[in-house]
Amino acid sequence: MALRTEPFVLNMGPVHPSTHGVFRMRATLDGEVVVDIEPVFGYLHRGIEKLAEQRTYTGTIPLTDRLDYISSMSNNFAYCLAVEKLAGIKVPERAEYIRVIMAELQRIASLLIAVGSFLNDCGAYFTPFLYMFRERERIVDLFEMVSGQRLTYNYMRVGGVSQDLPKEFMPALHKFMNLMPRFLDEYDRLLMQNEILIARAKGVGILTREQAINSSASGPVLRASGVKWDIRKADPYSVYDRFDFDIPAQESGDCYDRYRQRVEEMRQSLRIIQQAMEQLPPGPVRTEVPHLIRPPAGEAYARIECPKGELGFYLVSDNSIAPYRCHIRPPSLLNLTALRDMVRGWKVADLIIIFGSIDITVGEIDR
Amino acid sequence: MTITLSAKEVASKIEENFPGSVVESSRDNLVVRGDSLLDVARFLKDTEGLDFDFLNFITAVDYYDHFEVVYLLSSLEHNHCLTVKTRCHDRENPAVPSVISLWQGADFQEREIYDLFGIKFEGHPNMKRIFLWEGFEGYPLRKDFI
Repeated sequence: MALRTEPFVLNMGPVHPSTHGVFRMRATLDGEVVVDIEPVFGYLHRGIEKLAEQRTYTGTIPLTDRLDYISSMSNNFAYCLAVEKLAGIKVPERAEYIRVIMAELQRIASLLIAVGSFLNDCGAYFTPFLYMFRERERIVDLFEMVSGQRLTYNYMRVGGVSQDLPKEFMPALHKFMNLMPRFLDEYDRLLMQNEILIARAKGVGILTREQAINSSASGPVLRASGVKWDIRKADPYSVYDRFDFDIPAQESGDCYDRYRQRVEEMRQSLRIIQQAMEQLPPGPVRTEVPHLIRPPAGEAYARIECPKGELGFYLVSDNSIAPYRCHIRPPSLLNLTALRDMVRGWKVADLIIIFGSIDITVGEIDR
Repeated sequence: MTITLSAKEVASKIEENFPGSVVESSRDNLVVRGDSLLDVARFLKDTEGLDFDFLNFITAVDYYDHFEVVYLLSSLEHNHCLTVKTRCHDRENPAVPSVISLWQGADFQEREIYDLFGIKFEGHPNMKRIFLWEGFEGYPLRKDFI
């Protein structure tokens, strides 16, 4: 006689080392096998979209820092692009290049955390994470030089950036650029062929090409599933059309591919920074913009390829000093859509890894 | 560069297949009737040459006398995009058909709009609040909330 079993509901989070913030999943299990999961959001909901409606266009920039708080520069960048598109503001050349350098440094810093915490979830408890924080520290030092902040930079402005690079910035960036490729090689030696990593991540949590597109995935998650889609190439913004770089893509869309995708993207970012440093023109870093910006009535959507995917701001203006509506397209939330399909049939331990390989920030999901 | 398709041209194609479904179309603005939204969306997704396989985002805007639900669709193959809108005049029980059967990516976004605007998406399998708790009164992103 077969034993009758009942499905078991396991509550993970909101505070759990593997949930990367305050995020909760309700997992339905059959023994150790995941039958279904339901993500529960809202623990970090601050109503940023509503707050933006009560503030001036410039006053919203510090709020964007608090979206994906480990890549504030990218959020500043996307928001400023949207306001500039709406109001028709031109940005000086030098500011464009500075923005690109900052956005790519931010991408490396954010991907380091993504890769580090993924390895953490795989069981390499905090050893690779500390290595990666060592490198991120150098980037944060660079950001501190230009903005005075170490997490919420609030550096970009509508029409440029808040101030020019200080004189000690370039030597420090050169030093970082010399060191970083060596660190990446070091990670590859340590991890790329690591037996445990391969056993835990290869073939696990496969997201097919069709599923990825259908569930609006973007960024490294989409590219690891074999779609060569990067907004920096597909719909170039700022001065990205002037740089020579590749869009890496993987084939199978498993956890290992998402890990490898991120490591390869860091190398491409280094290539972009190198070229931007060489081409950096002299000149002003900010156009004169009125204190209270009143864009003509209308709407604009501007998007960038942020470390996690497509980050976009949809702004509606009614010709007043505050946006009538400010919608944020968060890559983290949409990348989670496919999580349910990815984890079904895997064990609880795999659920942690698959979730970790998506790389989310809850600040951006809940807004 | 992503090409924004001319809404006028797409509107005439839609009008050929679904007469009376387009409410308004200008250079970059295409508004369709709520009850034909699902048919139009399926047409945009499956027609060769349009192939809108990627849903960039869904959002809503409150204009006091009506809600506007905004869809940005893209085709990764042809690298073009199109904004489709639909309007909802009922403030008491606003409802729009769900596009989750076409694009899985609509799942959380439709729940979010339901949570913050109170617009119901008919056909969504799990239509409940996403960020706020069950029993929360009002819909914060409506203009009359504060």
